[in-house]
Amino acid sequence: MTAAIRSVAGGGPTGKSAPLLTVEDLKVYFPVSRGFLLQRTVGHVKAVDGISFSLQPGETLGLVGESGSGKTTSGRAIMQLTRPTSGKVTFEGTELTGLNGSEIRKMRRRMGIVFQDPYGSLNPRMTAGNIVGEPLIVHKLFSSKQEYREKVADLLLTVGLSPAMANRYPHEFSGGQRQRLGVARALAARPSLIVLDEPVSALDVSIQAQVINLLQDLQAQFNLAYLFIAHDLSVVRHISDRVAVMYLGKIVEVAPRAELYAHPLHPYTKALLSAVPAPDPALERKRERIVLKGDIPSPLHPPTGCVFHTRCPIMTDECKGEVPPLREVSHGHWVACIKV
Amino acid sequence: MASDNRAKGGQTLLQVRDLRTYFYTAGGVVKAVDGVSFDLNEGETLGLVGESGCGKSVTALSLMRLIPNPPGRIEGGQVIFQGQELLGLSEAEMRKVRGAKVSMIFQEPMTSLNPVLTIGRQITETLELHLGMSKGQAWERAGELLDMVGIPDAQTRLRDYPHQLSGGQRQRVMIAIALSCNPKLLIADEATTALDVTIQAQILEVMKDLTERLGTALLIITHNLGVVARYANRVNVMYAGRIREMGVSDDIYGTPKHPYTVGLLNSVPRLDEPARTRLAPIRGEIPDLTSLPAGCAFRPRCDWAVERCGKDDPALIEVSGRHWSACWEHSRVERRREART
Repeated sequence: MTAAIRSVAGGGPTGKSAPLLTVEDLKVYFPVSRGFLLQRTVGHVKAVDGISFSLQPGETLGLVGESGSGKTTSGRAIMQLTRPTSGKVTFEGTELTGLNGSEIRKMRRRMGIVFQDPYGSLNPRMTAGNIVGEPLIVHKLFSSKQEYREKVADLLLTVGLSPAMANRYPHEFSGGQRQRLGVARALAARPSLIVLDEPVSALDVSIQAQVINLLQDLQAQFNLAYLFIAHDLSVVRHISDRVAVMYLGKIVEVAPRAELYAHPLHPYTKALLSAVPAPDPALERKRERIVLKGDIPSPLHPPTGCVFHTRCPIMTDECKGEVPPLREVSHGHWVACIKV
Repeated sequence: MASDNRAKGGQTLLQVRDLRTYFYTAGGVVKAVDGVSFDLNEGETLGLVGESGCGKSVTALSLMRLIPNPPGRIEGGQVIFQGQELLGLSEAEMRKVRGAKVSMIFQEPMTSLNPVLTIGRQITETLELHLGMSKGQAWERAGELLDMVGIPDAQTRLRDYPHQLSGGQRQRVMIAIALSCNPKLLIADEATTALDVTIQAQILEVMKDLTERLGTALLIITHNLGVVARYANRVNVMYAGRIREMGVSDDIYGTPKHPYTVGLLNSVPRLDEPARTRLAPIRGEIPDLTSLPAGCAFRPRCDWAVERCGKDDPALIEVSGRHWSACWEHSRVERRREART
């Protein structure tokens, strides 16, 4: 298993340059406690249960999964916003899990994050200019007030907003504009990696497309690496170089984009892809659809063996026993299923 | 336009004519629905698509006469359901229609269900109220209904409270309640939007199977173009309070004739087409309904606009016997696939 982890971690699409980010066997368990005065831990929610991957500079890795799959927690644990239970996160050559608070704050200058909810993630009592400029203050990235104002104006222009909007408050912006503000703030300290946690799923489709195009332009302009967390498989396919599919805290399949969508191997990936209806009635009438039975199990009591076996259409008794390892079946294509 | 909507050859169940619902807010009059007309046939599935604020949910709430007043008011138009004009009914008469003949399911099942009543009680309530069943009969029927929507071990689940169910199961319960009185029309307002894709697929299949079996007409309201493509026979596309394009699904998706529909289809990345490097979004923002531009509301975002569009707002113009577009330039409008790279 360790050997497997190493090679997944090391195998980017190019496989040549040193990865920007390496995640090895990352685990995030949340304790569940009972009782009032004498609190005791009665179990753990295994939100992220041993995931490994790497990210090259300028690359986009899509992390897809449904609610409770652990994709958001993974993003937070990589940023050290939630401290991992175990595992290693190496970013720009520095191992993050052992760092103390002020060291981590320094590292975070190089990593930005954009959240899903453009309404909840911006402080309603700060002006747009201060929201975007806050990272500059935190990391002391300017020498004069004049320079600060120029940098903020520049950031607003970069994301397609007018510098004149700097004095407005978040409620004066539309959803798409607020998400642009979130992106500008993530960009402020010149990061090399941005974790995008469902950045467009709260937006209307016409606005969603604008923000996706903006993200792609910025990536080309600043050579950003993206960890793109989303549940929308079509959006992930559009923006990612490689895609990892998560289910109940585990990565069940990773592959380069074209490979994953053309030849999905894991039964969960197949079901997920077939569940997305295409905006084409003629095609939809012909298409066979895999409808999974049942609900996603609780991560408090994950199934034994393969976590997907309770809903899997090709499950056999073997699947209940052993946890299937993630293994490479073709170049760069990894799958955790013993039936493949 | 009135009589050509016989996609399935059924009888006309619902006729909406020039429906107008306005909201009187501090910021001005919001014309949320401003002259909406369409027909729905018995047993048919009709899609109503559009983005936030286009008036699709307000249309549905107006049909059910559930517009909060103040600030909202149905200002005019007709809603004729099985030959009966609903807008003229008294509140008591309207209560006999809601749930019994027309029922509705919403996006968030947790807020639609009462958290302190068992789901059994919530299903039997409708049965006792509308069908006059006894407690025992209703309880038994409730079990059958849960079974029908695919909740395993139905009789024991009746004693569960909503928080004990998953999101998908709660939406199944909502469907069971909605179909409990054999309504002629089920309105699903973003019913699967809050659910995960695999659960969304389950719920949509249940909804389709049951409405087909029971002969219930289905009005699917959603922003998801894929869901409508899969399930609806006909589609109405709404923008800024009006239907801008109307027709059978194959025409709307295959040969869209309104610039807004074209823009919507170009905005979404699709699994069924080769991956593109760039999307072609609609420029600008969704307009503020209190200050719409003169002429066509879509003009500021439109690539096909001509001078006339700034003055006259087009009504639905017939493109073919089964396809209408509210665009002066509809004959020039097309979705070009080669524009993609």
